[in-house]
Amino acid sequence: MVDMSVKIAGVEFPNPVIAASGTYGNGECYTDLYPLSKLGGISCKGMTIEPKLGNPPPRIAESYSGILNSVGLQNIGVHGFVEYYLPTLKEEGNVIIANVAGATIDDYVAAVEVLDASDVDMIELNISCPNVKQGGASWGISCEGAASVTSAVRRATKKPLIVKLTPNVTDITAIAKAAEAEGADCISLINTLLGMRIDVKTRRPILKNNVGGLSGPAVFPVAVRMVWQCHNAVNIPIIGMGGISTAEDAIEMMLAGASAVQMGTAIFTDPYSPLKVIDGIEEYMEENGIKSLSEIVGQVKPW
Amino acid sequence: MSFFCGKYPIIEKRTLAKGIYSVVIDAPELADEAEAGQFANIGVQGFTLRRPISICQIDKEHGTLRFVFEVRGKGTYALAQLSEGDSLDVLGPLGRGFNIPEGKKIIVVGGGIGVPPLLEISRETSSMCTAILGFRDYTRIILNDEFEEFGTKTILCTDDGSVGVHGLVTAPLEEELKSGNYALVCACGPEPMIKAVIKTCEAHNVPCQVSLEQRMGCGVGACVVCSCMTVRNGREYYSRVCKDGPVFNAEEVRFNG
Ligand SMILES: Cc1cc2nc3c(=O)[nH]c(=O)nc-3n(C[C@H](O)[C@H](O)[C@H](O)COP(=O)(O)OP(=O)(O)OC[C@H]3O[C@@H](n4cnc5c(N)ncnc54)[C@H](O)[C@@H]3O)c2cc1C
Ligand SMILES: Cc1cc2nc3c(=O)[nH]c(=O)nc-3n(C[C@H](O)[C@H](O)[C@H](O)COP(=O)(O)O)c2cc1C
Ligand code: FES
Repeated sequence: MVDMSVKIAGVEFPNPVIAASGTYGNGECYTDLYPLSKLGGISCKGMTIEPKLGNPPPRIAESYSGILNSVGLQNIGVHGFVEYYLPTLKEEGNVIIANVAGATIDDYVAAVEVLDASDVDMIELNISCPNVKQGGASWGISCEGAASVTSAVRRATKKPLIVKLTPNVTDITAIAKAAEAEGADCISLINTLLGMRIDVKTRRPILKNNVGGLSGPAVFPVAVRMVWQCHNAVNIPIIGMGGISTAEDAIEMMLAGASAVQMGTAIFTDPYSPLKVIDGIEEYMEENGIKSLSEIVGQVKPW
Repeated sequence: MSFFCGKYPIIEKRTLAKGIYSVVIDAPELADEAEAGQFANIGVQGFTLRRPISICQIDKEHGTLRFVFEVRGKGTYALAQLSEGDSLDVLGPLGRGFNIPEGKKIIVVGGGIGVPPLLEISRETSSMCTAILGFRDYTRIILNDEFEEFGTKTILCTDDGSVGVHGLVTAPLEEELKSGNYALVCACGPEPMIKAVIKTCEAHNVPCQVSLEQRMGCGVGACVVCSCMTVRNGREYYSRVCKDGPVFNAEEVRFNG
């Protein structure tokens, strides 16, 4: 038996596979197939201080080896999460990560204050949401934006803080460094890549929001590259995601520099894929005499 | 109610009309759980997203489920290439089906590829059920003989009048509601048809349940992409077609929302 556990920012995960935010609800949806405790952890549906209605449908479009989504952060609000979902999550799951979004710094801080007083194990800041004060551009696309949200939230919580980066930037390492400098304990990447699909018959975008975020196997090489670049740029641990669907993908992501991985879109294709990835990683460790996953993190040998 | 995910053998495949196929799978545990109006999210080799397809018939005794689907795009085209002996990648049964009152007369109204999920209701309620089925023209007619075999009075309509009543399903629906004492109308089909059926039912003060469609991701309630606008206690919010539906009480649904 190999030891699959990983430790990130002082938090121990029994295995390195975490359900990605927005793709696994609040852990309640797949329990007919297998218990939540099989996963190393879950990043819960992105939440805001107030409940949010989300964007009009259709909110999903298929693409080559991927999907676009434009959910628009529909959620019941941070209080609803703590009251209705968190007790069960704590009972049935391993590491519980609360994914937080907001339009203003005050929104972020207010939501994080509620979570700081709760039982969640970690907080993941989604800084890809539109910054309403700066005309709707995302907080995460400038170093100043990323730094100001991170530092404000850092002051509001002692919980381990993950900052989740958007790939829709020219230099992701600059944003990663800004988050690290303001006290992030960990970074996670990548969120979705902005995309668009058009129905050629109706000449209408398939998404009612016109544009949406691309995820799934199509984005995997982009995610690996960004994780690798960030690994070379910061000293805090990285949770890697974007298009992982097999154990080989997960190991590749870890070799690039990820200490753990999240999986999202692949679960839509095969709800059992996270378990297959966990089994596959275990097999790889056995076959290669790897005792701890820390032995492979960032161990790519670049030319 | 629980669901499963796995590969189940196809034990029968038939062509019902051009591009419309009937597939029966051997899946005892699914048949055991399934209810009329539920659906399955069907995996297609080479595609990221599963395709939602309604359950058309449930045979708990023989442990089989039947689906009827039309080729609309690449995914359903790939599904149509499967044959007997192949296996079908099924996540299901999913969602909330029809809630049929026992021992009461009901009407099912179906349009085109919205007809299949109503067949199971006919099987269960037989002569207590009246079916009003609309199709574009005579080449698109499916399943009407099976409704009749189950003992359901079946009224056919075609848009071009090539068979049965010329025109929309609402005219015969109007007549049935006037003459009979019906406790419920169940509808599945294109949105304009559903809206018209709801209006007719409102006018006659007869409850109506509608089965809705939306593009889906997970199919199990996890991703909230499959939203439709609904109202409860005077408050508007997005429900999930996959989990809170696909069948909704008509008065809950807000179209164009
Ligand atoms: C609850 C439910 C039950 C359904 N039951 C049946 C049935 O019994 N028989 C049948 O023939 N069809 C049914 N449909 C419609 C069927 O899901 C679509 O025709 C099918 O997904 C089209 O896939 P495609 O790859 O051929 O088309 P494409 O247009 O290539 O599909 C692209 C993407 O859009 C999605 N999509 C396209 N049209 C629809 C649609 N109308 N509804 C939902 N998603 C769509 C696809 O799933 C896929 O993700 C049902 C839909 C829903 C939501
Ligand atoms: C339907 C959907 C909803 C998502 N919602 C969120 C969210 O609320 N917060 C967030 O940080 N990321 C969200 N994401 C992004 C994912 O967590 C993940 O970063 C991205 O999908 C890439 O991973 P994948 O290719 O494995 O899906 C969402 C993705 C999808 C597909
Ligand atoms: S398809 Fe994921 S919630 Fe309905």
